[in-house]
Amino acid sequence: MSTQVAQSGAQAVARREGSPWTGLWAVVYKELADHLTGIRMQILETLMLLTAVGTVYAATQSIRQTIGEDPFLFLRLFTTAREPLPSFVGFLGFLIPLTAIALGFDAINGEYSRRTLSRVLSQPIYRDALILGKFLAGLATLAITLVALWVVVTGMGLFVLGLPPGGEEVARGLLFLVATLAYAGIWMGLSMLFSAIFRQPATSAMTAIAVWLLFAVFWDMLAALISQALRPTQYGGVAEELAQARLQLLLARFSPNTLYAETVIALLNPAVRSLGPVLITQLEGAVLGTPLPLGQSLLIVWPQFTALVAVVILLFAATYVLFQRQEVRA
Amino acid sequence: MSVAVETVGLTKRYGDLVAVQELNLRLNTGEVFGMLGPNGSGKTTTILMLLGLTEPTAGTARVLGWDPTRQPLQVKRRVGYLPDSVGFYDELTAWENLRYTAALNGLPSTEANRRIGEVLERMGLQDVAHRKVGTFSRGMKQRLGLADVLLKQPQVAILDEPTLGLDPEAALEFLALIRSLKRDGLTVLLASHLLHQVQSVCDRVGLFHRGRMVLEGTVDELRERVLGGAYRIHVQARGAEVERALREVPGVVRVTRTDGDTYRVEARVDCRAEIARRVVASGELLALSVDRPGLDEVYARYFQQLEAESGGAA
Repeated sequence: MSTQVAQSGAQAVARREGSPWTGLWAVVYKELADHLTGIRMQILETLMLLTAVGTVYAATQSIRQTIGEDPFLFLRLFTTAREPLPSFVGFLGFLIPLTAIALGFDAINGEYSRRTLSRVLSQPIYRDALILGKFLAGLATLAITLVALWVVVTGMGLFVLGLPPGGEEVARGLLFLVATLAYAGIWMGLSMLFSAIFRQPATSAMTAIAVWLLFAVFWDMLAALISQALRPTQYGGVAEELAQARLQLLLARFSPNTLYAETVIALLNPAVRSLGPVLITQLEGAVLGTPLPLGQSLLIVWPQFTALVAVVILLFAATYVLFQRQEVRA
Repeated sequence: MSVAVETVGLTKRYGDLVAVQELNLRLNTGEVFGMLGPNGSGKTTTILMLLGLTEPTAGTARVLGWDPTRQPLQVKRRVGYLPDSVGFYDELTAWENLRYTAALNGLPSTEANRRIGEVLERMGLQDVAHRKVGTFSRGMKQRLGLADVLLKQPQVAILDEPTLGLDPEAALEFLALIRSLKRDGLTVLLASHLLHQVQSVCDRVGLFHRGRMVLEGTVDELRERVLGGAYRIHVQARGAEVERALREVPGVVRVTRTDGDTYRVEARVDCRAEIARRVVASGELLALSVDRPGLDEVYARYFQQLEAESGGAA
């Protein structure tokens, strides 16, 4: 399958011999070791750990004070905010993209600028192994970091609240972990793509951060502006307002931040039954506030979750094709 | 003699630009071949095609019997490549950098450690093995690059501009290391624009110009072909008959009187003894010396001739 990857050249492409994944694990181990020992990651990991401890501690304090009865008390650890601190999930929304961008922004142009690429590619490996190895190592680093955070949060919950999480809470927590990994994968994939496009690591880092800022800060405003312009509410009717809200939601969902936020809300808050506008007639017979079973929550976020994973794959594919077509010489 | 590297009509075009044109190259096993020419004459592109890192537009290449386009892994397992101004991961030590290369070559751990120790010692880097490469000088990096090449125990070593950026002493040391590769039976392909530096280690050279290999042969052959005489003998002598006597020496191609008593004799063979004998017979010999023109001069003269010919034709 992957032996047919086309390379540039006017000649008819001849079949390459040998597995494209030769040397893959050597690349993965090396990159993983670089990430885990690199000062860049250590700083970010420390930052994440501190915020995790801080926000979860604040959350436990407010949980103790306010909520008496809640079947999913444990999940509140992730989502409860206490002034002036945002919730753990809120913090994660900022730190994850930053960490993921830090992992990928010099993946390819760094090899060019250090002049190591031609030496590495003159070893008996294909480029496929190098690019996939870097991607897998990045994902593994993110996974290790996230699992560690998750364990810290759960452990703190056990310790401070003195309450073991139920089976469904653990399942929801793990799914949240997977969704976060996919979300992180998007930002890493994006910064790796930029590292293949731009020759300077500084340019690729800045561009990735600019895209993140666009989605984190401006996208919702843009979605609101555009939907108001395209679907103005002239007569104030429900149909008009609904159309506007739907368009705004559609536009907002082009942002990975929206997709991730929706996924997280539905996974960590079992009471969420819809992510879009809901008409009062649709709520007939619903017992508000009752939790949904895990399967139903999952069903709600399945499109969002699939989209997150699909974007990761698309970004990787683009990077892969671009890198295959690049000249080894800078 | 078996052939290690062979190309037939190898061509690479980037749009309208022809980087390498109709290259027919042949390296015998165990020889040191120098691809010489200025920057941008197609040397590095040729190397990348030999390693399967760039696809040729036309023509074929064979390296140790393998086709680099279709069987690059087979080629790269047996060929070591030292790129132009080689780079390493600065934050890793020399040892760690070589460990990565060993892992990419699929060497088992114990074998890798043994070989790394060996090549570092051979390159005189054993004392800095555990220092970060970021602190290395240019010469040390270059030697580490050669260690990196030798790690996989290649049959062919391709070295791109190996002496560029080295101080004269380090360059000489490095050339000695290249000679030691030849003694080990490696086939060495050397690309450089520093003609005078590398001519001493090459068995044969090919002179490149704008993507073409315009001249090929041993250094002596090229000297003979382009400069006519391969030896340039300076004679200082008094006497009216000296100039005629010099002309009559067998092997002499040209005699020019530079000033007063000094003459420049171009000869095909080293005929200093005969010159001395005849000058002493016809006059007074004051001084006699020989210098052999280097490849720089061969190269420059060749293009002067080429221009003169094309100018005459126009």
